[in-house]
Amino acid sequence: MTMKTSAKHLVAFGFAAALTVSTVTLSSCNKSSTAKNERAANAEATYVAPGEKDEYYLFYSGGHSGQVFVAGIPSMRHITTIPVYAPYPATGYGFDEESKKMLGDYTWGDVHHPALSQTASKYDGRWLFVNDNANNRVARIDLRDFKTHQILGPIPNSSGNHGSSFVTENTEYLLVASRFSVPLPKGRVADPNNYATEFNGMVSALKVDPQTGEMSVAWQILTPPFDWDLASTGKGPSSGWAFWTSYNTEMAHDVLETNSSQKDRDFSAIVNWKAAAQAVAEGKAQKMGGVPVLDPAKVPGILYFLPIGKSPHGVDVDPSGKWLAYGGKLQPSVTVVNFEKLLAAINTKTFEGDFRGVSILKYEAVVEGEVPVGLGPLHTQYDGAGNAYTSMFIDSNITKWKLPPWTDDERKDMNKTVLDKVSTHYSTGHLVVAGSDTAHPYGKWLVAMNKLSAGRHVNVGPSQPESSQLIDITGPKMKMVAEAYTEPEPHFAQILKVSEIQPIEAYPKAENKDPNAVWDKAQTGATRNGTSVEARVTAVRSRFVPDRIDAQVGDDLTIHVTNIEQTRDMIHGFGLIEHNINLVMDPGETKTMHVKLTKPGVFPFYCTNFCSALHQEMQGYLVVSNAGQPVPGAVYTNGTGRIQAAAPDAGANVPASNPPGTPPAAATATPGP
Amino acid sequence: MDKKIANLLHQEIRFLARPLNLWSRLLLLTAAATIVVSLFFPLWRLHLIAPQYSDGLDLYIYSYKIVGGGLNGQHLVEINNLNHYIGMKSIEAADFLEMRWMPFVFGLIALMILRSVVFGQMGNVVDLFAVYCYFGVFSIGSFWFRLYQYGHNLDPHAPMHIQPFTPLLMGVKQIANFREYSFPQAGAILLCLSVLIIMIAGWISRKETFA
Repeated sequence: MTMKTSAKHLVAFGFAAALTVSTVTLSSCNKSSTAKNERAANAEATYVAPGEKDEYYLFYSGGHSGQVFVAGIPSMRHITTIPVYAPYPATGYGFDEESKKMLGDYTWGDVHHPALSQTASKYDGRWLFVNDNANNRVARIDLRDFKTHQILGPIPNSSGNHGSSFVTENTEYLLVASRFSVPLPKGRVADPNNYATEFNGMVSALKVDPQTGEMSVAWQILTPPFDWDLASTGKGPSSGWAFWTSYNTEMAHDVLETNSSQKDRDFSAIVNWKAAAQAVAEGKAQKMGGVPVLDPAKVPGILYFLPIGKSPHGVDVDPSGKWLAYGGKLQPSVTVVNFEKLLAAINTKTFEGDFRGVSILKYEAVVEGEVPVGLGPLHTQYDGAGNAYTSMFIDSNITKWKLPPWTDDERKDMNKTVLDKVSTHYSTGHLVVAGSDTAHPYGKWLVAMNKLSAGRHVNVGPSQPESSQLIDITGPKMKMVAEAYTEPEPHFAQILKVSEIQPIEAYPKAENKDPNAVWDKAQTGATRNGTSVEARVTAVRSRFVPDRIDAQVGDDLTIHVTNIEQTRDMIHGFGLIEHNINLVMDPGETKTMHVKLTKPGVFPFYCTNFCSALHQEMQGYLVVSNAGQPVPGAVYTNGTGRIQAAAPDAGANVPASNPPGTPPAAATATPGP
Repeated sequence: MDKKIANLLHQEIRFLARPLNLWSRLLLLTAAATIVVSLFFPLWRLHLIAPQYSDGLDLYIYSYKIVGGGLNGQHLVEINNLNHYIGMKSIEAADFLEMRWMPFVFGLIALMILRSVVFGQMGNVVDLFAVYCYFGVFSIGSFWFRLYQYGHNLDPHAPMHIQPFTPLLMGVKQIANFREYSFPQAGAILLCLSVLIIMIAGWISRKETFA
């Protein structure tokens, strides 16, 4: 049935395209001036003049780059990159001890679905959570400083953390599910031939501390080994519920492209997370890998299955919480589920059977209709004004359609619910409408994140970027107004109004609780205990104090560098030559490096982040002598007394010749006082 | 001739002995209050704008403290930070000895005003005016001298060598990449106002007699 519909659709589309081409040709003379005006209007709508600022943040997931990209809307300019799962030398991420510890043994991750924290189903501007599909982790970015503060995982009993991370309406939990089922608990080995019986999937709830945002694994629900794909959490009438799509209800373990595409419908997981949390509190869970795990066959009411066609990809709850849109992927329609009907079906036990003890809801009892959006529908977003927007991977467009309630006329011919289409370039995966997953979308802008840019950009060789396109959705017709390119590979994104957060621009000195932070020259210096040397260093325009550190081969060298600036954008780096050390300290920040010294020599260290007119001069030396042979002038501060003056006073002993002519940076001569 | 001089002196003595009427005394009370209030406001503000500091850096000078603008007075740290490149001495509130006694002088003047209110003689107002003017001129002179010192005692080892200079006392001036704005603030304006009130207090009782 699916293939026939698709073929028909293709033919129809071809005909429509031919018609459009001929119309365009006929009226091309007239069009040229209109097109020119349209270009000007689009440029005006997206132009952010020098000195002006964007209205929205766009938080792109960075895919297998392991990072999060921040762009501005409407300019679509990339503004910054927030490193999460991969080292990022530009900000020193993954080089200092703290971020190294957070990254653990992994140097990459696969970020798919960023989720802004919510309070009462509205963005509260506190945190951004992102999943790692590859290593089963979740990270928390604090929007106060746009930095990664926690990486949780690998999550026990969960593998392929794709259906993640989706926040509940007050960020009580992040809900995640496994895409790649494995034998559980992890580490157990079983033959993939016994996939159906030996492998399992898992839905997990990660608790979020309401004050600190600290995440912890709370509980899990054991599932059959379907490949859970994407999720959405409820609100309003669907408050307390969450929904996942799946492919591979067939439980195939090989040649999935074929073997998991056999059934016309796959199960969506309908999870009552409030009931599950209650069941765990009542002690109905059993520990597996240290986590309370619920068996849905033994704890009724926490999980239901709903068959949805076909290998559906995205499920998205609308702002009212009543409608669920499932992207058909392999069928040319979006299936719209009425949550109120779904709840009634649960209450009246309108089931068509069960699978491994989990009731299967009767499709006809809960589905409102199938909207014929086109080929390859993946994800749906909402503008809060009764419209839905679905990304079409195969047709390569965005289709706008009307949410229920539908008129009888529309029900008779569902094509009438389809309002508009705009081509995208090419093969849109996720799309995002500003605030779509809240109860009150901002609407206004839609960003289509396309999987293929296929030559839209200047030729940069075979490794090509992805394309993102900005679409104005304020009018009845969608209007493509701008496009931009990103490194691989944005999946989902979140859009936040700039005015809703006030990030800090420097770490206040009073908040620096690092026990190794030093702010005063008198506190700086290196101490030596046995073979461990520990130095406390300040960085300020344009010097390190001390700018000489002595150690010996075989020493464990630890250096804590505090940027004692409190001025925005006065960032200092600490690059240690030939030791793979690259710290970058924001104003008011302390970072720690550790290295085991293995080779003698004098190794310069220097400021890597251009700070001032005398940035080049911001340098020093690490003197590494052979073990047991300190150089005569070696400088240590041991506890009470300084053996030798470590550093001259400010300004003193600086050669008084050749000051830079007209320094371009911030630190030129200042009129005082 | 002698008589004329004697007459003049006599007139002067009588003038200084003139009583202050109720309005004058009330005005003097206002002047005292104005001085007290002025302590809570900055006297002077130095505002520095450069391309890299488009919002500007601020220094607020009170009679008893120097405060930088920005969060936690960060601008003072920043200005010191920048000044070290030209070898200017770090600006520390502790170095300003006058800031320890200036509030007491203002207190003393306020007390003198209260004394005038009670004693109620024109002579008191003249005393007040004289002391106040002297103190005012002295303060501005000392402030200028401070500026001169900071701009002239530059460390010869500093990374950048510039011609010694005196930062602007009042007005607008371009120095290197900075545009300096130096202007009196609410505190100084209130002090001027109090002088004016004292003058008015004297003026409206100029013809007052004992009758």
